[in-house]
Amino acid sequence: MANPPASTRTEAFPVGLRVLVVDDDPTWLKILEKMLRKCSYEVTTCGLARVALEMLRERKDHFDIVISDVNMPDMDGFKLLEHVGLEMDLPVIMMSIDGETSRVMKGVQHGACDYLLKPVRMKELRNIWQHVYRKKMHEVKEIEGHYINEDIQIMKIGSDDFEDRHVSSGADINYVRKRKDVDNKEHSDQEFSDPATVKKARVVWSVDLHQKFVNAVNQIGFDKVGPKKILDLMNIPGLTRENVASHLQKYRLYLSRLQKQNEGRTSSGNLQSDFSSKDVAGNFDVLSSTQMQPSGVSSKFICTGQKIQAQGIIPDDHADDFKSSLSLQVTGSKQALVGDIPDSQGVISVSRLGILLPFKDMIPDAGKKSLEPAISRNQSWSGSIPVMQFMQHPRHDHECCCLIEAYSCLPKPDQEQVFDHFDTPPSVISNTCNTENDISGLLEFKLVHTNHRSSDTKTASQLSCMTDTTSAQVDSGSSNTQDYGVAFGIDGLTNIKDYYHTQTSSYLTPPSGELSLKNETDLVSSPEDLQFCSPQGIGSFENVGFNSMEIFQYDDSTSVTEVHSNWYDGLEFNSDYLYDSVDPVIDECLFA
Amino acid sequence: MEYSNLRRQAAYMKKSLFDQGYLDEQFYQLEELQDDVSPNFVEEVVTLFFRDSARLISNIEQALDKCPQEFSKLNAYVHQLKGSSSSIGASRVKNECTLFRQYCDEENLEGCLKSFQKMKREHAVLRQKLESYFQLLRQVGPAEKATRPSM
Repeated sequence: MANPPASTRTEAFPVGLRVLVVDDDPTWLKILEKMLRKCSYEVTTCGLARVALEMLRERKDHFDIVISDVNMPDMDGFKLLEHVGLEMDLPVIMMSIDGETSRVMKGVQHGACDYLLKPVRMKELRNIWQHVYRKKMHEVKEIEGHYINEDIQIMKIGSDDFEDRHVSSGADINYVRKRKDVDNKEHSDQEFSDPATVKKARVVWSVDLHQKFVNAVNQIGFDKVGPKKILDLMNIPGLTRENVASHLQKYRLYLSRLQKQNEGRTSSGNLQSDFSSKDVAGNFDVLSSTQMQPSGVSSKFICTGQKIQAQGIIPDDHADDFKSSLSLQVTGSKQALVGDIPDSQGVISVSRLGILLPFKDMIPDAGKKSLEPAISRNQSWSGSIPVMQFMQHPRHDHECCCLIEAYSCLPKPDQEQVFDHFDTPPSVISNTCNTENDISGLLEFKLVHTNHRSSDTKTASQLSCMTDTTSAQVDSGSSNTQDYGVAFGIDGLTNIKDYYHTQTSSYLTPPSGELSLKNETDLVSSPEDLQFCSPQGIGSFENVGFNSMEIFQYDDSTSVTEVHSNWYDGLEFNSDYLYDSVDPVIDECLFA
Repeated sequence: MEYSNLRRQAAYMKKSLFDQGYLDEQFYQLEELQDDVSPNFVEEVVTLFFRDSARLISNIEQALDKCPQEFSKLNAYVHQLKGSSSSIGASRVKNECTLFRQYCDEENLEGCLKSFQKMKREHAVLRQKLESYFQLLRQVGPAEKATRPSM
């Protein structure tokens, strides 16, 4: 009674539908088998629930649907139903002589996709294929819809919440991300998830949970990952292997989708973040690309892979001010500076680049610590270097770290010089370092130098990001008004204005662009644009005198808010990393 | 015209089984399932039923003997029998099972015992009648296909 695997079926669905019938009554088993055979299905019968379960476990993909009786001596039919639903996620039809409403209800509650009354007629069996079909449709929709919805949610939520979270005291970078709020959000996740996308009860993958998941995946190694391993690493009570399995499946799909999208996306004018989603195991954070708005900012960094040579060019306006171009080299394979690249596992999720005020020590030696997202923009600074900071999700142990970290990790003498004397933490930019080499994407980072080692602040520009791929194109030459340039710290840069525009770019590009990814002309919203800002002149920051990272004094507070909120939202609500770049953060271009 | 007589007899027998409520619609379903692949399908199924149901009845009998107060257990056994009898359309047996279960719910042992006796009887009668029927059918010959009575 073995069923051949699906591949041997040559006729059109539903012919050859592989059915497993479980019933302790031999008479019914014989009848059902005959009926199903007459429907041209492939039938396997089983008189014991336990045996059936074993069969299902052993030959996981050998069945399309299970029909089971409710009353069986060795195992309750509802229990079998649950097991099958959880472990194999197959549609299960229950049968019984008992048609009492309460029983039928119980069946539905336990997840039965149908409940047939005995005596079962052949015509009822003819249509069981619809359950298989429906389930497949739902799965596809759920995955897609989930992402989309996440984006929408983020968008919606963003504007409301930002204000709450926004802490303008800006004592330190860390504040930006109000833990408390985040936690609260996690609890309220449910209300945000779009019911339409939630097709079945499941664990709500909050940002933190997802981050843990991502961390675990990265730790294990994307290629070797498996639900059990992840589950063990995550060590979350109450989380089941099944939850992780389905989440992993979605994550993979997401990554591959991203990859496809990114492959097709290039825009000359904008910083594109090319994600190589293939390994993006850990990167689900939304990377927001900040787009710098100020005209004249011309540097664009596109970093692909790990070697990124970024050169920042100061915006035209301030060209005089900043002379040096910053070349970012992120060395180490892990550093992919990518604003929104959900690439390889190591990537740190950078969620958002924001202009950061000089960071505090978080960067230095922070190593892989998570950078607190601090987006601070200080529009009021005149010439202050916008510090971009991107928020970083708690990171995983990957090496990837946000740029900043990268910097700190890099024993680059150059770098050391860069920032250093600030008492305030250097503005950190960008994030995401991708540990894997195949990060292709844009690096978006705000430069932040993490090393305070050097005391020479003048040399701002030596951040070097080196990534393995040399495809990084640092397009320093182009001046795009639209693009923001990296504000590299320029020595003596005192009036570095905030040029960059941070824009949240959705980390996950929403499928088919429902979030409008604007083209480069649309500054405000090009989610894909990663703006690379590097406040080179950290020193100058100091000059500027900002002390707190979070200076959110944007002219357009809303946008900041949005940026923030979006970011958070993405973090919090999106179980899958879709962020959408909704807000036109760009407006906030701090650069005049 | 022996053949057609036999056929007529068989048809009549079947009809009366239906008329007297021994069999219901499900029996026709079985007949429709019979085909070239399984030319004796109905008889095979019926045989299987009686073998299995005999076991179930014996279980109930034992339970009534040894632990008559365990109504839930009795209920479960009878439930099984009920399901089984529905497979071939053994309508009288099935109905008696329903009655038995009601007595179980009421914890009416007396009622249970009486009902059980009736159940056993119905089961036995049906078995006999169907055995005769199939015997007749065999005589009529394999060419005979099951058809619904036109009357």
